[in-house]
Amino acid sequence: MEGHLATIGFGTAAGTLARLLMLRNDYRQYPGYPHGYVIHLSLGFIAAALGAVAVPAIAEPDFTAVTFLALAAQQFREVRNMERKTLEKLEELELVKRGPDYIEGMARTFEARNYLAMGTALAVAAACQWAGREWAAAAAFISLLASWRLMAGRTVGAICDVVPVPLEFRGAVLTAAGVALVNVGAPEMREKILREGLAVCLKPRDADARATLDDLGQRMAVAHTAAVILGTKNEIDLPELTPVVRKNIDTGELVLAIVPFVRDPEALVAAVRRAPILESARSRPLRTGAGRAARRRRYPRGMV
Amino acid sequence: MPQVNINNLILAAVVRDTGLAAGVPLFLARNAEEQQKIAAYLARILNGMVHDLENGVLIVVRH
Repeated sequence: MEGHLATIGFGTAAGTLARLLMLRNDYRQYPGYPHGYVIHLSLGFIAAALGAVAVPAIAEPDFTAVTFLALAAQQFREVRNMERKTLEKLEELELVKRGPDYIEGMARTFEARNYLAMGTALAVAAACQWAGREWAAAAAFISLLASWRLMAGRTVGAICDVVPVPLEFRGAVLTAAGVALVNVGAPEMREKILREGLAVCLKPRDADARATLDDLGQRMAVAHTAAVILGTKNEIDLPELTPVVRKNIDTGELVLAIVPFVRDPEALVAAVRRAPILESARSRPLRTGAGRAARRRRYPRGMV
Repeated sequence: MPQVNINNLILAAVVRDTGLAAGVPLFLARNAEEQQKIAAYLARILNGMVHDLENGVLIVVRH
């Protein structure tokens, strides 16, 4: 019994610590509230406890006790639903929307983090039970590092080059890098956009990147990230100033135009580079033979 | 992000010549300055956006 208590204690502590480390509060401002922290830490603690208890259950041996892990899975799916619902409600009042892909990605991340907390607890408890406390500490370190690495998703900067481009008007049409963005009717708005606006071009490095950037949800995520980090001057009754992302239909490059509060091209490039690549947008046509053949025919010499 | 789809709605057109537009609420302006002003007011009131068709017609569209 004494041994089991240590096992469960070590496992639970490590799992909860893993959840705490993954509970980040950054520009997403979510969960940015003390109650959000309490909810997710408590759920992480429960997940860790479940993972840790499974080990003595197997050691006893009481194999049926392991079935409660299925119960845990059910609980975590609930977490995902809860997060999705909350974010969808908040989305209605966002001036620059996250987009459904981003929301789904965040909700899935919340679910996955609980599994990682549970996995950490399981690994640490197993090490403590059968290999000793030193090994438990080592297992804790390795699984914490693994969770950290697993949860750090890729960013837009990893798949494309982001360069500032000038804005111009062709007649009433706002244009940047040869891409027509939007028709702006009011001359003073045109002047304002030229004076205070910024644009960047996202150049995909290969066909996989191009397919990923093509996703509308991914584009919304890029615009949202830029708007959150630099601020945006658009208002409910001023849709002209809404950030807009359009594709160059010949090259697959994206152009983002925004009228930010902070007019700093370098900051905009940095903000766009750190936008997350959404799981649902990720696409890899180059993994297929057909995709590679199409690339060779289309670009006989080039990289893209 | 203004998305292009069937929900985009022309709320009004502001013209100086009534022969240029029909089928939508039409506002007649006496000169270019007044045309811009009416379009801007309508856009603010209706939460829409002014687009210039570059033939003397301004339309207010909700995206």
